[in-house]
Amino acid sequence: MGADVFHSEVPLTVNGEARRPTVDHRSTLLDVLREQLGLTGAKKGCDHGQCGACTVLVDGRRVNSCLLLAVSLEGREVITVEGLAPAGGDLHPLQRAFVDRDAFQCGYCTPGQICSAVGAIAEARAGRASHVTDPAADVGAPVELTRDEIRERLSGNICRCGAYPHIVEAVEDVTR
Amino acid sequence: MPDTTSALGAPTERREGPAKVTGAARYAAEHLPGGLAHAWPVPATIARGEVASVDDTAALAVPGVVGVLTHLNAPRLGEADDATLAVLQDARVPHRGWYVALVVADTLEAAREGAAAVTVTYAEEPHDVTLDAASPAAYVPEDPDGNPDEHTRGNPDEAFAAAPVRVDVTYEVPPLHNHPMEPHAATARWEEGRLTVHDSSQGATAVRQTLASLFKLPEEQITVVSEHVGGGFGSKGTPRPHVVLASMAARETGRPVKLALPRRHLAAVVGHRSPTVQRLRLGAEADGTLTTLIHEVTSHTSRVKEFVETGAAVSRVMYPSPHARTGNRVLPLDVPSPSWMRAPGEAPGMYALESAMDELAVALGLDPVELRLRNDTRTEPDTGKPFSSRHLAECLREGARRFGWAERDPRPRSRAEGPVLIGSGVAAATYPVLVSPSRASAHAYPDGGYVIRVNATDIGTGARTVLAQVAADALGVPVDRVRTEVGSTDLPAAPLAGGSSGTASWGWAVHEACTRLARRLAGQLGQQLPPEGVGASADTEGTPDTNYAESEYARHAFGAHFAEVGVDAVSGEVRVRRLLGVFAAGHILNARTARSQFIGAMTMGLGMALTEHSTMDKAFGDFAESDLASYHVPVNADVPAMEAHWIDEDDPHLNPMGSKGIGEIGIVGTAAAIGNAVHHATGVRLRELPITPDKLVTAL
Ligand code: FES
Ligand code: FES
Repeated sequence: MGADVFHSEVPLTVNGEARRPTVDHRSTLLDVLREQLGLTGAKKGCDHGQCGACTVLVDGRRVNSCLLLAVSLEGREVITVEGLAPAGGDLHPLQRAFVDRDAFQCGYCTPGQICSAVGAIAEARAGRASHVTDPAADVGAPVELTRDEIRERLSGNICRCGAYPHIVEAVEDVTR
Repeated sequence: MPDTTSALGAPTERREGPAKVTGAARYAAEHLPGGLAHAWPVPATIARGEVASVDDTAALAVPGVVGVLTHLNAPRLGEADDATLAVLQDARVPHRGWYVALVVADTLEAAREGAAAVTVTYAEEPHDVTLDAASPAAYVPEDPDGNPDEHTRGNPDEAFAAAPVRVDVTYEVPPLHNHPMEPHAATARWEEGRLTVHDSSQGATAVRQTLASLFKLPEEQITVVSEHVGGGFGSKGTPRPHVVLASMAARETGRPVKLALPRRHLAAVVGHRSPTVQRLRLGAEADGTLTTLIHEVTSHTSRVKEFVETGAAVSRVMYPSPHARTGNRVLPLDVPSPSWMRAPGEAPGMYALESAMDELAVALGLDPVELRLRNDTRTEPDTGKPFSSRHLAECLREGARRFGWAERDPRPRSRAEGPVLIGSGVAAATYPVLVSPSRASAHAYPDGGYVIRVNATDIGTGARTVLAQVAADALGVPVDRVRTEVGSTDLPAAPLAGGSSGTASWGWAVHEACTRLARRLAGQLGQQLPPEGVGASADTEGTPDTNYAESEYARHAFGAHFAEVGVDAVSGEVRVRRLLGVFAAGHILNARTARSQFIGAMTMGLGMALTEHSTMDKAFGDFAESDLASYHVPVNADVPAMEAHWIDEDDPHLNPMGSKGIGEIGIVGTAAAIGNAVHHATGVRLRELPITPDKLVTAL
């Protein structure tokens, strides 16, 4: 399939590698990752931005990849769960913590939870407040990830298996 | 962490863990065979009637669309035991959302556009989707033994009228949706008459049997793989329409076909928990002794098949009373077919019974833990059989101790922190011990490794891991020497992951195979094993021990739930502050994965209590809350301190592992414990789930 009025070639970086998929203009990043690039780590739970299973990092920020049109991502840097671990095979510390804490059962929400947690930790460090952050806290100062902060910031990622308490423990393991 | 040699009970790490956290684990929709086509189904937009015409011209004109299947051109299928699987076989529309067409295309985008372009007209008929417990069309179905599902002891009505203390209340549970995170999906391909399907199913053996019958093929020509399954909670317990549609489309187009159901279709096509209307009448002596228990439940089913949400069954197990009537009735309506959802029957039934028990405790002026202790029993009330083990009292006492129940002021509305009213509640739980025959094989290899093969399904329970533990124990070897192969019909046939019976059923066969293998190996001590290894297999079909129905014991797991809630007196919002469960479920085989199952089910119970709500729209005949934005499952911020504990039971009447199932009991008492805590906090008794701010704020 080549570029035409309905398709475009989109140069972008995926997990550190330069890629140039030709994408249908209607395709979401999630579908391009899963169907074209074979990166099925990002999951489709709802396709409507309601569950977080498709969470990946774009330019370091967590996004619901089912809500992003792939054609809009020229030059962006995408990291999926497959690209979190350092090359050489070790698990990323959060991946390790999820296994240690049994922070999942079926595992279908898990890549999204992990990518979301990576993004959330970076946001807190950058001083972004959440709904539960003390309004009196210094604006822009790093936010300490208490259990309440973790719960709040990861509430866009549904886990129907109900692994939430273990997910919170896993995130604490890497932030403390 | 190195695996230990004391295999059973150890907190062994989940074997597929690294594959799941790195994204390497592939689920049913994540196989990309060459030439793959994508399918998108078209749901009916009327609640009852017939398809009058289908115009697929516009759909076929969409670039990339390769075909449109409807009842007019779809191949005729063979016998389906389950009528919901007779897809595209006739013009009948039994409910809104029933599939009337399937579009197949080169890409997902084209399939979706094609599905939107199919024009279907209907001959519409009047429909009825309203659950009215007084409807004359409601009937008493058969119970599993083929008898009317209404059991009576003594003279319950007279005894109720004569009881010194009485509670007569009606509880309602709305329709609920399983919504596993992985939507139902299948990837099917035919190669020289052989069908291979990756299906998101809780039991591939049954999927293969069904496909064999529908496509009129010998089972040996079909392989069904369910290697990783993204949850099911009952909704993947039987084959669902997607697997039939994908297989059909793959055969018709000659290409591999993938069908992943859109989330918003699930409510109509993969089952739901039927709503229940439950009238409870409890009569007691002044000391709390129950004299009569009447539990009458009405649920709905579809016109296509009978499914009964048997809520009254729990009242045959829990409390002795000389007089009792427990009955389930069902009303056929033009609704989607209900089906299993985690603890079907038990979860709504115990919500009603345990809420009514709380009301009785209030009426008696008796502590609700004490009321349950006073009505404990060693024999199953309905059958008179002794329980193989029942540690309900121990669960209640241990839970009360851990929770700090003794400090509770029993008066409602006795504790507040600013505008937040704080209360606590308790409820009991029960779930039957079930088991089915299974096969398994065990092999030993010259390198010192062992392989266990059984078509078990790991829907997130950790089946691979716990079966390795069972095997290691039976073989007397370290667990890291045992590999488990599960999730394919190429392996020895096994029953589904459902009814909290998987581990018992598969484990029994694994234990048997390993015991035989160990015996064989003992006979060859010191000899070098041949390169192909030495094997043994087992089939527990027909073993009298697995036939619980004929047994002299009643087998059930029990538990106790404790909840603390804070209710905002201004907004009516309920926040759970603490949830604690103590369970008596035989021997716990893996402490780590068991804890995850218990807290996961308690979380679903929290959703049932406070957030999960679906409405059958009377005018349209569909569920108004069909996606995850409108059907609210609990999120991380909803789930506070959550504790699961257990009392390890030594019950010789179960299975070689001494285990009872644990996948469902965690949901059973949760909603009642939370509802009872809301009453304690506020003095308000709501008898209809979920307990949402709109209902509470008007009652406060
Ligand atoms: S799949 Fe993207 S949020 Fe659910
Ligand atoms: S682990 Fe199954 S949905 Fe989270």
